Amino acid sequence: MEAFGLLLHGFVVLLTWKTVLLMMVGLVLGIFVGVLPGLGGPNGVAILLPLTFTMDPTSAIVMLSCIYWGALFGGAITSILFNIPGEAWSVATTFDGYPMAQQGRAAEALTAAFTSSFIGSLVAVLLITFLAPMISSFALKFGPPEFFAVYLLTFCSFVGLGREAKHKTVISMSLGLLLAGIGMDTVSGNLRMTFGSPELLRGINFLVAVIGLFGISEILLTMEERLALRGHAASISLRVVLGVWKDLPKYWVTLLRSSFIGCWLGITPGGAIAASFMGYNLAKRFAKDPESFGKGRIEGVFAPETAAHASGTSALLPMLALGIPGSGTAAILLGGLMVWGLNPGPLLFVEHKDFVWGLIASMYLGNVVGLVLVLTTVPIFASILRVPFAAVAPMIVVSCAIGAYAIQNAMFDIWLMLGFGIVGYVFKKIGIPLAPFTLALVLGNRAEDAFRLSMIGSGGDLKVFWSNGLVGSITTLAIVLLFWPVIDGLLRRFGQTQRARTGLQQRLDQ
Amino acid sequence: MKAAMALAAALCGTPAVAGWEPAKPVEIVVAAGAGGASDQMARMMQAAIQKNNLMKQPIVVSLKGGASGAEALMYMKSSEGDPNKVLIAYSLIYMLPLSAKIPFNWRELTPVSVVALDQFVLWDNSAGPKTVKEFVAAAKAASAPFKMGGTGSKREDHVLTVFLEQKTGAKFSYLPYKSGGEAATQLVGNHTEANVNNPSENLEVWRAGQVRPLCVFDKERIAYTSKVTETQSWADIPTCKEEGVDVQYLMLRAMFLPGKVTAEQQAFYVDLFHKVTQTAEYKEYMEKQALKPIFLTGKDMVQFLEEDDAQNKSLMTEAGFVAK
Repeated sequence: MEAFGLLLHGFVVLLTWKTVLLMMVGLVLGIFVGVLPGLGGPNGVAILLPLTFTMDPTSAIVMLSCIYWGALFGGAITSILFNIPGEAWSVATTFDGYPMAQQGRAAEALTAAFTSSFIGSLVAVLLITFLAPMISSFALKFGPPEFFAVYLLTFCSFVGLGREAKHKTVISMSLGLLLAGIGMDTVSGNLRMTFGSPELLRGINFLVAVIGLFGISEILLTMEERLALRGHAASISLRVVLGVWKDLPKYWVTLLRSSFIGCWLGITPGGAIAASFMGYNLAKRFAKDPESFGKGRIEGVFAPETAAHASGTSALLPMLALGIPGSGTAAILLGGLMVWGLNPGPLLFVEHKDFVWGLIASMYLGNVVGLVLVLTTVPIFASILRVPFAAVAPMIVVSCAIGAYAIQNAMFDIWLMLGFGIVGYVFKKIGIPLAPFTLALVLGNRAEDAFRLSMIGSGGDLKVFWSNGLVGSITTLAIVLLFWPVIDGLLRRFGQTQRARTGLQQRLDQ
Repeated sequence: MKAAMALAAALCGTPAVAGWEPAKPVEIVVAAGAGGASDQMARMMQAAIQKNNLMKQPIVVSLKGGASGAEALMYMKSSEGDPNKVLIAYSLIYMLPLSAKIPFNWRELTPVSVVALDQFVLWDNSAGPKTVKEFVAAAKAASAPFKMGGTGSKREDHVLTVFLEQKTGAKFSYLPYKSGGEAATQLVGNHTEANVNNPSENLEVWRAGQVRPLCVFDKERIAYTSKVTETQSWADIPTCKEEGVDVQYLMLRAMFLPGKVTAEQQAFYVDLFHKVTQTAEYKEYMEKQALKPIFLTGKDMVQFLEEDDAQNKSLMTEAGFVAK
């Protein structure tokens, strides 16, 4: 149990008044930037990075990582209350979290989100603590075909397991893929669909699209229906929190499944975003009544949040061990590490034990302190829903605009956000799901690059996707999931004929 | 971001002094993603300036790596007359306008100084061939595509790969990754056979014994002689010419202001970055990342840029990477 000893040492490094205070400051700042839609984790960490230059590396990284945890917790708040996801992985939380808030169960949804975030992170931290060296060698197994297989799995699980009509999912996904193609194509080095406009060079930023698609379109819908947020004053007390916690054991399968998916995709470099979607879809698939998802089911909050945080936390592992950031925020943290002369890489764990184990210990402490902080502030956040819509709506629009602008300091992005708001409104009206669209926008480019790199590497041979056990099983699983409704139907029919036949046999025997 | 700057400004205070000085926080514009070589260098400068109090205004790093860095170039181009933005440039300023027809010309910006030259090294997996000769033989003998990883398409790494092909007669399949870090881990994971990463991009995996440097693309060896791994220093890596492959390429790291700034403003930054190159942070960074220290400004810099531009242009044309 070398890891355990090192971890205890890490706690010793951390447990000083100064560090705990920095931790609290970091968490509060993190929650704050997480709550502002669009500002989010990466921007928050980037803004506060220079503040830490004068600190020693351990204090600095503790503070920064606490901002990270805070932002992760905070992202759930806007997803649930306003249908505006702060980070890419909060999108799936809106599916059931927002309906819950509309039904006046905001406090319950927030408690569920925070608690499952905590559980997800905890599982991931445990994994990091005890399996770090093994996991980094697993991540190295991922070449272009493996990456493509994972993305394919995510796309296929959406089509195969989604609740919406298949053709609508495919339409929505294709539109997303099309828009993802705008900008520089890394593989050929050429520009695509920019039509000579310097604004389109950057491509469509995912967060700008999400703020518009979810946030602005929601405001438009609410304005059309009635000028009031549909949430009621939620009764918030320790009772709600304890009530949610009491029910937790009922959902242990979902929690465990999502933690597993999150950890698995999180340590796959860049896979963190796919995790929350997959956690949600699988929870729905295995539920007895999948129809109730999307209408405010608490499991629909547990599943994506657990997966998102398990992956968000385990995404730090490839960053530390390989120098590959798994998320935007992790990328900024990476930049921070380098300022303090800590070069992420295989030797970090050997040469800077104090730092690494201090960071891991701070993951434990940060999450515990974070959970307490957010839970005690739930009433404040939920009370936002009691403010009249006419007062809140302009504030949301302004904060969306600031968020969209802040991502790349571009005025063009505000227009783009408004455009996406209208697209989102139309999609909702004609019943085209938004989630596949956003998923394609996030993963489209990476999936395309991975596919083309695989093809260059194999000389154009598709067999590369079955060239070893790892990539072969992921690809096969993806195809099974894509045709799941068909397979499921066949299995059922086969089961029925079997039953019919045995029934007949029994009758004949009599 | 604006709010952040205002916040940072408020924290640091802004007393006024004679002579031109930035009155607003200064932005170092990085034409690459987070964690890349440019980003690391920008953060080193940010820390060096802040720790040594070289400037009253705070300095912020702004990442504009969209469209393989074209975003940063267009951003600088459109910021004409704004003395609070400094671009940390590299050879993309010559290459992108040629390969992707980006309407950009570095002559429209105001040159400040060249602050470093970056090396390129041929690396393979530590389980692969041990010398350049064996490496070339293995590439020629390979039946499946022999994979060379690199950053981006029709850029430095890609050009170098084409030149290696021309000089050795071997054939490579070039895999363009999004960053040098990715190219490094893909080599460690044996998904590619080799890469031509900058020293900084492969440093950590070299120290961990996962990759092997075969030769450096310069006319002389790297000057740093202190041990990096247990047995080797940067100076122990032979030049490619020594190994019989005469390919040389160095990449500039230079600072630019937007066009149409005043001579006073330009002078302030020349002085600022000269001071930066004198700091301990800079010196330590140069050695750690195996960069060639250099400081060029004024006429010398322009002459250097013109020559460098001409060389890059001819390389790109020969490789067939210039868009029609």
